[in-house]
Amino acid sequence: MKLLVAVKRVIDYNVQIRVKSDQTGVDMDNVKMSMNPPDENAVEEAIKLKDSGVATEVVVVSIGHEKCQDTIRSAMAMGADRGILIKTEDLIEPLAVAKILKAIVEKEQPDMVLLGKQAIDDDSNQTGQMLSALLNWPQGCFISKLGVNDKTITITREIDEGLEHLEIQLPAVVTCDLRLNEPRFASLPNIMKAKKKPLDVIAIENLEIDISPRVKFLKVEEAPVRKGGTMVADVKELIQKLKYEAKVI
Amino acid sequence: MSVLVIAEHNNKSLKSSTLNTVRAALEIDTEVHILVCGFNNDEVVKQTSVIEGIIKVIQINDHSIEHQLAEHLSQVLVQISKNYTHILAPSTTFGKNFMPRAAAILDVSQISDISAVVSADTFVRPIYAGNAIATVQSSDLIKFITVRPTSFEAVESSGGNAMIEKITFNLEEIKTKFVNREEAQSERPELGNARIVISGGRGLESADNFKLLNEIADKLNAAVGASRAAVDAGYIGNECQVGQTGKMVAPELYIAVGISGAIQHLAGMKESKIIVAINKDEDAPIFAIADYGLKADLFVALPEFSKELDLLNNIAK
Ligand SMILES: Cc1cc2nc3c(=O)[nH]c(=O)nc-3n(C[C@H](O)[C@H](O)[C@H](O)COP(=O)(O)OP(=O)(O)OC[C@H]3O[C@@H](n4cnc5c(N)ncnc54)[C@H](O)[C@@H]3O)c2cc1C
Ligand SMILES: Nc1ncnc2c1ncn2[C@@H]1O[C@H](COP(=O)(O)O)[C@@H](O)[C@H]1O
Repeated sequence: MKLLVAVKRVIDYNVQIRVKSDQTGVDMDNVKMSMNPPDENAVEEAIKLKDSGVATEVVVVSIGHEKCQDTIRSAMAMGADRGILIKTEDLIEPLAVAKILKAIVEKEQPDMVLLGKQAIDDDSNQTGQMLSALLNWPQGCFISKLGVNDKTITITREIDEGLEHLEIQLPAVVTCDLRLNEPRFASLPNIMKAKKKPLDVIAIENLEIDISPRVKFLKVEEAPVRKGGTMVADVKELIQKLKYEAKVI
Repeated sequence: MSVLVIAEHNNKSLKSSTLNTVRAALEIDTEVHILVCGFNNDEVVKQTSVIEGIIKVIQINDHSIEHQLAEHLSQVLVQISKNYTHILAPSTTFGKNFMPRAAAILDVSQISDISAVVSADTFVRPIYAGNAIATVQSSDLIKFITVRPTSFEAVESSGGNAMIEKITFNLEEIKTKFVNREEAQSERPELGNARIVISGGRGLESADNFKLLNEIADKLNAAVGASRAAVDAGYIGNECQVGQTGKMVAPELYIAVGISGAIQHLAGMKESKIIVAINKDEDAPIFAIADYGLKADLFVALPEFSKELDLLNNIAK
């Protein structure tokens, strides 16, 4: 079984972002970048399947800036076999990402594609569902458990009411929650090895896919900052304030 | 021009997120229809038809669509959407699952999780865990939009009188089989629209200790929430997680207990009206946004909180 994993390079989740003063976006200069957190879970799950002999090859793909090579290398340091970078300087919408991934799927013919459930920069939560639609494959979204059989997978999805269990025919697309697994740390020797693994760089123009944006960012503003109030001395005072000042209980 | 809202329900009752989504729809246009897909869903259709401001309810009552799987709902939407300029669903795990699927089949982008309507083609949406607010304009002919329920006041659930249209569909077979659902049972209000939420974090230290929160929740008629760390540690179910990758809440009162206040948690609750934080670390970031902060050991403070509530003559619930 062959697996394809989509990884996005995003501002590290620990960084407090800054909005540019001209309101055109978020400042990316000299900001720490990392792999989108749930994409690490997707990579980890794929590598686990390879470790256990279920999968034979794990290919990672990223779409974006030249520097996404770093993200792909970190996935290869975790254990992925091969990388593909679709290079572009433009901001690519989920729909366009899904179209590009579809083209890669048609070329690579994986049995399953794993993505993160949500990119923590745009918070779109769309790409996996869109890819699955374009391929006319079934989807398993927000999964926290994955079982792989011969021709099907069984998944547990996290939903607002609790959990949902589905059985899905392969080939399929899944999107991963952070609770799916515990991503491994890459060892130094594996980081060195990853530098020698194959990484294809393809210019986006060569794919002949319509990636023109449908959604225009008119402006990006700083979110209003919520100010702290007061510290109370004890529980008694807290209850009094809630009852007679805030009047919420 | 008319707007279609996809109802969220469990074939028995309508979820309140639908009412918030209808509000957003009415801000776009006055002609709003609601689609109710499911099986044995007459009761839901009845509830939907009396929602304030709705003109028409479209019912699909079909055994094969009972579990409202994304592969089915998207087939329905692809056919029905040509009659509409906007398709709206709540940005809950329900809406997030099928909306992008339908949009992609129609070659349309989706605008996720809007928090305000500026005009028929321009919307506001939080990005970066709510640390930045984007105003975006869509050039697609049909606009697929998911709506952040906490950003739109619910419309009245009664008083309306919509016509009901029953339609049937030939649905293609799909490659996904529903096995079952484990739904958390709770007598307490729904986390997403409770007036008061009390959430516990890693500081609670065990599943058993959540009974300290539950006791207070029962006295306040509050919903119980949690940080991701508490869910990851198995103290409580995933359906209780508040935050960037969990649920968004905006109650009148949010009480965070033993929660440090990571940006990913704040993303899910910082729109609450009054925020209370109980934490033993005075440098915990949660205090920076709390209206009332109490530096205390929660194992002392919570039992005391519960006792003090008993001393009040009445508690507004
Ligand atoms: C991509 C991504 C998405 C995420 N999404 C979410 C999300 O949706 N929701 C979410 O919550 N988190 C999310 N997180 C995790 C988030 O970054 C934090 O790790 C998490 O919120 C921490 O939970 P916590 O505050 O319970 O634990 P901690 O940060 O460990 O804080 C525990 C707090 O309890 C206090 N405490 C301990 N003992 C006591 C006591 N006896 N009395 C009083 N106080 C005590 C401590 O002082 C401390 O402040 C996400 C992370 C990532 C990377
Ligand atoms: N530019 C990209 N390159 C590679 N994968 C991506 C890209 N954008 C999104 N993805 C994948 O799609 C998932 C969901 O992203 P989104 O729909 O933007 O929230 C991410 O977790 C990634 O797995």
